[in-house]
Amino acid sequence: MRGSCFALPRPGLRWLPVWQRNFLVWRKLAFPSLLGNLADPLIYMLGLGYGLGGLLPAVQGVGYVQFLAAGTVVASTMNAATFEALYSAFSRMHVQKTWDAILNTPLSLDHVLTGELVWAASKSLLSGGAILLVVALLGLAASPLALWIVPLIFVTGLAFAALGLIVCALAPSYEFFMYYFTLFITPMLLLSGVFFPTERLPAVVQTIAGWLPLAHAVQLARPLLLGQLPDDALAHLAALLAIAGACFCIATALTRRRLLK
Amino acid sequence: MAALSAASARPVTLTDTALQVSGLYKAYDGQAVVAGVDFAVPTASCFGLLGPNGAGKTTTLRCCLGLTRPDAGEIVLGGHPVPAGAQAARRRVGVVPQFDNLDPDFTCSENLLVYGRYFGIADATIRSRIPALLDFAGLSGKASAPIPSLSGGMKRRLTLARALVNDPDIVFLDEPTTGLDPQARHLIWDRLKRLMAQGKTLILTTHFMDEAERLCDQLAILDHGRVMAEGAPRALIAGHIEPQVIEVFGDDVGRWAASHHDLGERLEVAGDTAFFYCREPAPLLAALADEATNSGLRYVHRAASLEDVFLKLTGRDLRD
Repeated sequence: MRGSCFALPRPGLRWLPVWQRNFLVWRKLAFPSLLGNLADPLIYMLGLGYGLGGLLPAVQGVGYVQFLAAGTVVASTMNAATFEALYSAFSRMHVQKTWDAILNTPLSLDHVLTGELVWAASKSLLSGGAILLVVALLGLAASPLALWIVPLIFVTGLAFAALGLIVCALAPSYEFFMYYFTLFITPMLLLSGVFFPTERLPAVVQTIAGWLPLAHAVQLARPLLLGQLPDDALAHLAALLAIAGACFCIATALTRRRLLK
Repeated sequence: MAALSAASARPVTLTDTALQVSGLYKAYDGQAVVAGVDFAVPTASCFGLLGPNGAGKTTTLRCCLGLTRPDAGEIVLGGHPVPAGAQAARRRVGVVPQFDNLDPDFTCSENLLVYGRYFGIADATIRSRIPALLDFAGLSGKASAPIPSLSGGMKRRLTLARALVNDPDIVFLDEPTTGLDPQARHLIWDRLKRLMAQGKTLILTTHFMDEAERLCDQLAILDHGRVMAEGAPRALIAGHIEPQVIEVFGDDVGRWAASHHDLGERLEVAGDTAFFYCREPAPLLAALADEATNSGLRYVHRAASLEDVFLKLTGRDLRD
């Protein structure tokens, strides 16, 4: 099996029923799910934005809540995609054995993983999109340029879903995910310019931080929300897509090794 | 029943062999789990794969479905080479797994709908099949019932219905009645017989010998990754074992059996039971009639069964 474990994913187009399955489950629980995904980040954004922001001078030339809004959109996108690719995918793979049931049909593991990847990104689009909508309703979006954040949310979701599927493939149990959050997601949240400009960080840390997937998303979302064209837009976008593609290949190889042995 | 009986109207296609396995070999960490298995399942028959835990049954099934890549050997399932053509082969195959993996978030009919989509079947077609499938599974009133509200037997029946959603030619069943009460088990057996009557090929693993004897046209007894014996249940009993069995129990049975061993062709002692296998039981029965009451022994006289063959071939040691 070793040789074929590392073959490139062959997603085809038949992953759609896997996506549909997850969507049907979500639809049953849509309201509490959306409320939960919406309430938490908005409380942080408004609390920190107006509370802490009231004590601060302008950050990068804008009010703190305006600065924080873009970071909140991409951070909640990251969270939604990550939770789906870790906890939900793991429960379908390992606990409910949903994937085993699907593998007895003409679908392959590559179809299952592609369905999960696109589903996690879709769910993050719902969460991130809902936050973006509230941000716009609060008058924190400067121009229609902010609409470009919608596809950006999806691409960011793909990147974090692919990363999450790697962790899912390696996890012996749910507890394992704490390492990922503590050692990767939380530091990234603080280093990617969500809460404060990265110029405040030491040069070495700034360089490393520049490589983080969330940083690319922040670099694109913040100017778009403030009505400006981002610098190096294509480079940031390419970086997010490259992370998504590379991580998905790794996740596919690891999951094949785990399930098709 | 329209959706299900449609199968019998369809001409039997492809070959007379539903599944052909030759020279199958699979090792994990240098340890052979399947060590050269050959068997063939004729179309429209029921084939049983028997063996103690760890005999290689599950690995063999996974290889047949293309979920595990064998180290050597050839598999042809429904006319498709596996694993190369496994996805195409699985279009015409249904699987009832050993452990329940129904979708707990869905109702019974949603489970069937969602599963049918994995085969690329249009929603309307699946929906038209659902009433017949639920009826077949004895779950007619349960279309909207959530999965956690079902009993173990109902879940197994729904899993069987789910395996039929694509109207398969070949159905794999991995220990289909393990953990079920006798009522539920008999209902499953009845449904499997109906499927056989419709011309479907059944391939099942079990370690219930009465199940194998009742259902299977042909079976293979697997142990240590090899086929120990293969044939029709009656033929296996006739070919491998003496036709009569007398089981003698009691505290001191070992000594009594040792001094009477010449009354049976073959003697096995396990715990406080002695198994005499014989062609002519009269002398032993006479001896027991004379001595049993005084020596505190009890006995049962019965015909040899598949279980005796199984135990002879695979031994009485526990496998965990």
